[in-house]
Amino acid sequence: MNAGIASHQKVSVEHLFKVFGADPEETIRRVQAGQAKDRIYADTHSVAAVADVSFGVDPGEIFVVMGLSGSGKSTLIRCLNRLIEPTQGRIRLGGEDVIAMDAEALRRLRAHKLSMVFQHFALFPHKTVVENVEFGLKVRGMAADERRDKALRALAQVGLEAYADVPPATLSGGMQQRVGLARGLAVDPEIMLMDEPFGALDPLIRRDMQDELLALQAQLHMTIIFITHDLHEALRIGDRIAIMKDGRFVQVGTPEEIVARPADDYVAAFTRDVDRGRVFRAGRLSREATVLSPGEDLEAARRRCAAPDVVALYRLDEAGRPLGLLACATLAAVGSGGLDDALDRDFPRVRADQELIELYGACARGQPIAVLDPEGRLQGVIDPLQVFALLAGGDAGSAAGDAPTSPAVARAPSPTRQA
Amino acid sequence: MADRLSDFYTLPLDDWIEVVVKQWLVPNFRPAFQALEWPIDRVLDGLEATLLWLPFPVFVVVVPLIAWRVAGNRIAIFALSAVLFLDLLGIWRETMVTLSMIITAVAFCVIVGVPLGILAARSDRFAGLLRPVLDIMQTIPPFVYLVPIVMLFGVGIVPGVIATIIFALPPMIRLTNLGIRQVQAELVEAGLAFGATRRQLLFEIQIPLALRTIMAGLNQTLMLSLSMVVIAALIGAGGLGLTVFTGLGRLDIGRASLGGIGIVLLAILLDRVTQALGEGGQVTATGEKRTFKGLFKGLGKGRQGGSDSS
Repeated sequence: MNAGIASHQKVSVEHLFKVFGADPEETIRRVQAGQAKDRIYADTHSVAAVADVSFGVDPGEIFVVMGLSGSGKSTLIRCLNRLIEPTQGRIRLGGEDVIAMDAEALRRLRAHKLSMVFQHFALFPHKTVVENVEFGLKVRGMAADERRDKALRALAQVGLEAYADVPPATLSGGMQQRVGLARGLAVDPEIMLMDEPFGALDPLIRRDMQDELLALQAQLHMTIIFITHDLHEALRIGDRIAIMKDGRFVQVGTPEEIVARPADDYVAAFTRDVDRGRVFRAGRLSREATVLSPGEDLEAARRRCAAPDVVALYRLDEAGRPLGLLACATLAAVGSGGLDDALDRDFPRVRADQELIELYGACARGQPIAVLDPEGRLQGVIDPLQVFALLAGGDAGSAAGDAPTSPAVARAPSPTRQA
Repeated sequence: MADRLSDFYTLPLDDWIEVVVKQWLVPNFRPAFQALEWPIDRVLDGLEATLLWLPFPVFVVVVPLIAWRVAGNRIAIFALSAVLFLDLLGIWRETMVTLSMIITAVAFCVIVGVPLGILAARSDRFAGLLRPVLDIMQTIPPFVYLVPIVMLFGVGIVPGVIATIIFALPPMIRLTNLGIRQVQAELVEAGLAFGATRRQLLFEIQIPLALRTIMAGLNQTLMLSLSMVVIAALIGAGGLGLTVFTGLGRLDIGRASLGGIGIVLLAILLDRVTQALGEGGQVTATGEKRTFKGLFKGLGKGRQGGSDSS
């Protein structure tokens, strides 16, 4: 299975080790034998900062590595572009074997396919904002006018084009990291490595930046590897999350999987105080809606309502947007011409990517909640009772199509579970 | 009574050194060393000829202008006074000879010292090898190496410059090394992560960010060169050092003081201007203005402005 995955995955890492210390071979052998970090250090004076890590990232995915300080997450991300030389293992980025590359091939890979955003921004203080953003392009040898244009477009994406010609030190922390982000975006990377990019920012600014990153990602569909020590951040932005401890991945899964089924006590300790209403999204509870297409009449509505479990249906317009909600209970009282009058046009509605917490108000009305796509077309419907079932710790959402164990978990075996 | 080692045996290290230098170093390597003289001689000659050829009014305009552009009004006024005063004392010619010696020595210190400093910053091994050499260069009294220099290069102004280079080189190397090593690791990582070559890393990131420290090294080197002016005169270098030296020989306190005043004025002026260069001085904006390129652009503008108004 691994070989098949590697061909379409953007990032594929197999059995990666990074050992700091005198005796890497022995350390790796002991890690493979399952010895604990402290024990290995006591015997070999070596630390496996990255210990047998394997994972894959699909194109367009945000893969978050979450761990406390010292867990090896910063070492891991630096192994990917070989800012730190891995001790053993395989890394493939965009299908290319990174470990086998010579210095020049590695440099080209970094210049053309990767970019990186740093915790403390790492902006060049002697360059203006736009010169910072241009850096990756300048390194490639792009002409001055062209790269400035491109850099200004990247700055516009983060809303900082007005600050192009000032030194970065004059900007606030949040703005500086936007510049860092723009510098990463300017090179049109296939893969973006983000090392705790929002870790140095105030909580409110951090939230803004997370939103901004998600908004950018919605347009750009980059493949992102994102390091954080903050589980809430991981849950907010990760498509999948790896929980890292002592150099190993303890669990890999979607935010919902991690919260719904923590792999062990270590993960459970993190997820215990997570607000489930902020982790689970409306789409998880979305079921197929019963609809009434344009031109269909009262008769069709009555036929649909006769089916079991159908309590209401949505009247759609030509574009698939719901015009209103028609409760089955009210159908009997509707005259043949008055179908449109019977529509409840003020029905509750959400988008699939909205958090459960945003549904509470809608739930209070007791009506089914329409799930709309960004163009306002009907995608599905949510039963308000299911919202509370999910919050209470059940996993009602899995009926919506999520297999209980996703391939993500299967792909990256969790050593602690077997121990 | 024999209570010390030297009563039995004295190590003839002085003889050994004499043999090594006179019978091995000088006969075998004299031509190689003298080849080193050639570029220094060219630069020095050209510089001296140019400085002496330039009409005095040019200095009256240009020196204060550079000082103003780089270091501000006060230093500009000082520069103007110094230029006029040096001429008034009748030691202008000597000052120009000394200035050309200093500039030549510093130029070669930069040409040799900056690359060595960069290499030292890149390799701990090389830095470790270089360190004792620099320690020796900085602690050994210059009088000690004047003798072999005279043996290898003869007497004259060029050997004087060579002695000056040996004396003044260490801070250039040390501070270049320090400046580059002090560049934040995350900034170097950022450069590498975006695919910069070693050369791009050096010129785009490391050198610009180390420039302040490198300029402090340049300033140190310059000051050390000035302090060698009189010693270099011992082996035949002319200029203000010679004025002091002949004054000393004849117990002519007046002449010696003139030379001293000239050296001090030159030192203050060069020190203030190079310090201001290091700090960015009046050139407050970031980006290229803080670099040499920016300085010369600025000077160009300043000069055009000056000629327009005159």
